[in-house]
Amino acid sequence: MLEAINLAAVRGDRRLFAGVGFSLQGGDLLYVQGANGSGKTTLLRMLCGLVIPEEGKILWSQEDIRSEREAYLQSLVYLGHLCALKDDLTGLENLRITEALAGEEISEPRAMAALQGVGLNGYEDLPVRVLSQGQRRRVALARLALTQAPLWILDEPFTALDKASVGSLKTRLEDHLEDGGMVILTTHQEIEIKAAVIKQVALAEY
Amino acid sequence: MLAVLRCVMMRDLILAVRRLSDVLTTLFFFVIVVSLFPLGVGPEIEVLRMIAPGVVWVAAILASMLALGRLFENDYRDGTLEQLLLSPQPLSLLVLGKVMAHWAVTGVPLVLVAPLLGMQFGMSAQGIGVLLISLILGTPAISLIGAVGAALTLGVRGGGVLVSLLVLPLYIPVLIFGAGAVEASVSGLGAEAHLSLLGAILVLALCFAPWAAAAALRISLD
Repeated sequence: MLEAINLAAVRGDRRLFAGVGFSLQGGDLLYVQGANGSGKTTLLRMLCGLVIPEEGKILWSQEDIRSEREAYLQSLVYLGHLCALKDDLTGLENLRITEALAGEEISEPRAMAALQGVGLNGYEDLPVRVLSQGQRRRVALARLALTQAPLWILDEPFTALDKASVGSLKTRLEDHLEDGGMVILTTHQEIEIKAAVIKQVALAEY
Repeated sequence: MLAVLRCVMMRDLILAVRRLSDVLTTLFFFVIVVSLFPLGVGPEIEVLRMIAPGVVWVAAILASMLALGRLFENDYRDGTLEQLLLSPQPLSLLVLGKVMAHWAVTGVPLVLVAPLLGMQFGMSAQGIGVLLISLILGTPAISLIGAVGAALTLGVRGGGVLVSLLVLPLYIPVLIFGAGAVEASVSGLGAEAHLSLLGAILVLALCFAPWAAAAALRISLD
């Protein structure tokens, strides 16, 4: 489904990585590994189409993601290292607006249920500004319960989460993989996620 | 598609309402700049009447430029802009929604207080009417053109200065025809020609600015 061929990235004068390639089928989990500054986030943003590859190309169902942009973005969820939440909006508003912009109108009860699913009962109507770092992260992760997209690209999703939330996110990812979804993620934590096929991409220093 | 446009607009309007101080800053700046002129120039009513359209227009342009930094900057910092770029909807449409909301909170208040400021300068009712129309046509164009500059300078250090250098020259036609419309009308020449040109600039900006700003955003976030 998703295929990356010979990707290279350059930042300024520095070559971050080159010759990165992999292919993902439904049910596959891909770990992107590398030290700080090795270009993990750049690779993930490249896979979303935000960064244009210096070399190589990315195919989704055999089509270049830049020519089939809208179809590709429809089947993609990207959660970056920023939570992408508006401080002045409540968790509920944030979630519904983000989903609406991603092309899925979510009713209030469904959004409410998703927030309760990540353990935010009673916090739905508070501005995100007053939430803790971990709670904010959970608001962002609540999207995963709502989306229909098969491909999830997650940049350090476990950061700032407490043990219980790490556990439930892990279960959520495993369920998604079991249903034939794809997950690409970076993490520095030792968390074992069960999947039919686990692949790794290691970004070495160049 | 229109649902998305509405969604972006509503989002930015809600955010503006929750941060009313930002909106008021622009408005107060406008009122203060315009009100300082009579103090500096002196109270001769003839002189004031003559400079009024230009003063109001220049202040309106400076005030909207003050607000330009907020158009994309906040969304850029908290990561929501990245999510906007990942929306399967056309980015230019989302940009248009943001610009329309931006105009509603920065341009519309200026238009609404302008008649009051016109009276402060002793402008005639006819002059104030034309000033109002010229601002209604001109301020959206200013927001649209400014969006391109704001998108280009996103994330750049000293972007605030850069954006004024980039955008001010592009505002000159709007300023000339905006202030010119009032002068022409007061001197009995009729403002239709100026207002038509102002309208043409607005239509042109509506067609091209969202598209250009969207392209600039993609470059800025690369």
